Amino acid sequence: MNFDFSEDQKFLGNEARKFLESSCTSAVVRGVLNDDDVSHDADLWKKIVEMGWLGAAIPEENGGLGLGMLEMCVLAEEMGRVLAPVPFASTAYFFTEAVKLGDKSQQAEYFPGIVNGDIIGCYAASEGPGAPNAANLTTELKGGKISGTKIPVTDGDIATHAVVLVKDGSGSSLVLVDLQGEGVTRNTVKTLDPTRSHAEITFKDAPATLLGKSGDGARLNEDLLNRVAVLLAFEQLGGASRALEMAKDYALERYAFGKPIGGNQAIKHKLADIYVKNEIARSNCFYGAWALSTGAAELPEAAAASRLAASEAFWFASKENIQTHGGMGFTWEVDCHLYYRRAKLLAVQAGAPPVWKEKLVRALETKNAA
Amino acid sequence: MDFNDTKEEAAFRKEAHDFIAKHLQPKGNKPIRQTMSGDDYMKAAKAWQKAKATAGYAKITWPKEMGGYGGTAMQQVIWNQEEGKFDSPGGPFTIGLGMCIPTVIAFGSDEHKKRYVQKAVLGEEIWCQLFSEPSAGSDVAGLKTKAVKDGDEWVINGQKVWTSGAHYSDYGILLVRTDPKVPKHKGLTMFIVDMKQEGVEARPIHQASGGREFNEVYFTDVRIKDSDRLGDVGQGWKVAIVTLMNERLAVGGSPGPDWSEIMNYAKDAGTMEDAAFRAKLADWYVAAQGYSLTKLRTQTALSKGQTPGPENSIGKIITANQLQDICNSAIEMQDHYGLITEQDRMPADALFQQSFMWAPGLRIAGGTDEILKNIISERVLGLPGDIRVDKTAPFDELKSG
Repeated sequence: MNFDFSEDQKFLGNEARKFLESSCTSAVVRGVLNDDDVSHDADLWKKIVEMGWLGAAIPEENGGLGLGMLEMCVLAEEMGRVLAPVPFASTAYFFTEAVKLGDKSQQAEYFPGIVNGDIIGCYAASEGPGAPNAANLTTELKGGKISGTKIPVTDGDIATHAVVLVKDGSGSSLVLVDLQGEGVTRNTVKTLDPTRSHAEITFKDAPATLLGKSGDGARLNEDLLNRVAVLLAFEQLGGASRALEMAKDYALERYAFGKPIGGNQAIKHKLADIYVKNEIARSNCFYGAWALSTGAAELPEAAAASRLAASEAFWFASKENIQTHGGMGFTWEVDCHLYYRRAKLLAVQAGAPPVWKEKLVRALETKNAA
Repeated sequence: MDFNDTKEEAAFRKEAHDFIAKHLQPKGNKPIRQTMSGDDYMKAAKAWQKAKATAGYAKITWPKEMGGYGGTAMQQVIWNQEEGKFDSPGGPFTIGLGMCIPTVIAFGSDEHKKRYVQKAVLGEEIWCQLFSEPSAGSDVAGLKTKAVKDGDEWVINGQKVWTSGAHYSDYGILLVRTDPKVPKHKGLTMFIVDMKQEGVEARPIHQASGGREFNEVYFTDVRIKDSDRLGDVGQGWKVAIVTLMNERLAVGGSPGPDWSEIMNYAKDAGTMEDAAFRAKLADWYVAAQGYSLTKLRTQTALSKGQTPGPENSIGKIITANQLQDICNSAIEMQDHYGLITEQDRMPADALFQQSFMWAPGLRIAGGTDEILKNIISERVLGLPGDIRVDKTAPFDELKSG
């Protein structure tokens, strides 16, 4: 039985934590939060590019570190802990994993640019309220060009390239689009999480290249989201763990009625509930990491369970962290709300929990019928 | 990251499987516990225990001179997993070998060890644990059963409760108050008690579930030799802590119907398409899977020879509450008909109805939800304990009720 990360992987996580704790402080996150004109922390992004993290799961032949998905999971957890205000998830999870669904020449075309920081990716699927699918998509592919509007696109205003889910005949396709090319206009959009930038992107006959086969978008999008879900779940796990630490530290130092509030069972049991949810999330995340890294047939249910457990854990930890902090927790200056905001971004950006619950049950039904 | 045995673990698993397969049947439709009479079941349990003990498998982690296998905690987990695949009549020895005998080994004299350990390992004598009382459950150190010294004997009077297997046990470890004039934790002493002697009366408790699996035990002028004391007079709390720390590593399966059972039921009942049900099913799966996988993390630590982290402490909070929730949903899914408890009329042999009435007890037994959350918050998260009014005052001056 070896259901854990290796010593090397844990070492990578520790090193990443040390780096991020000094380079991605609350002040860095707030630099993006408090200035509408700043989309991300450029200095932090540059350092992350230099360390090669964007290429952690990209093969060496394409300029990457050639480590693997487990290493990317370890990094994701650390990025989540510090609410890194950079387009890491958009580039290293969504765009990179999308390119892996393409052919060798597409990988050769995009991977080196991702690794050296020339490419910032993003994922453009949402067009309005509700989960996007072949039936309700209006952005359409015709003659190698797409037209339509995507909103919101996380990191869409700073990205150089997008993977876009589009209507294609009676079905859908996934396409890659150069956002610096013709037919693309972008506006920033205000969202619940201002520590990450968001855009409305309008395509008008923008040149696009297919990922995989035309009309195969639904399946490819599922494959992509299953892979991304595990990585996002590790970010959520990192955020939930940090929120629990914040709540615990505050409960120990804050005195009311002559004793630390952490001595009250109402607070103790609340934090125990967070701990239980976090451990359930961690164990499901480990399983998702295993399925992702081995290409196991169990990936659909493992990814769904990781995402659901981690979404619930981060949501619960972030809201109860505010509650534990009392009035202080509801001030702009205390970081609690940043976790609450990020928890919501991560929970909805690759399909919200209700969508994943349905996916999970369908996966269980399929398995049960087999 | 993988789920594979090491070479040594695989070899031990095969050894365990081969031995067990020679003695037990694989799990079938009806467990033997339901098909056999109580007496026959006890005979089968004793025979299986003897077979295991004779071959050295009764306690994998114990040293060989104590009748154990001299193995690792991981090997014990593997043994339990393999035995769990078969219809094993295991129950009656769990408490004795898991809690009582380790306490005898830790605090008993050489004579005690010689007299009791081997017979317990062989399944020839059964033990029970007598700690809880009607007014001392979560706060077990508040117990009132008293022992008064009379020459080289002690005279015991009082009542214990929720004692598993008291009616068929030969011996028990008994925690009593030997000094009510000192603070509660300092006036306790532990003894070995002969359960078949005069003055010991085990009466079944009529549980809220309707069953009678547990006992209350009355002690009326029961005499125990001072030489059958475990640990010093007044040190009983320290001894009890050792007993409780020896509670077996939780490796059991789910305590009742889980997500897969209610999913199968929903398919038969035609309620699988209900959106609210599907969302709940996903939640149950995620929590159950999360706990199963947490146990694999614990096993990983054991497999590497490390001390497991505290993550396993989430177990009963998850399983007991989930069982209650699943049974409640299954009954509501059956609408008015869901009230019926007659097995031959009901889907799944009325298992949901039966477990519905068992679940409240499960949330209390072996640590209530609330005590378990205290343990997590204090021992795992490092939050302070309660401000206590009962730690320094003499026991007989404390309020009780």
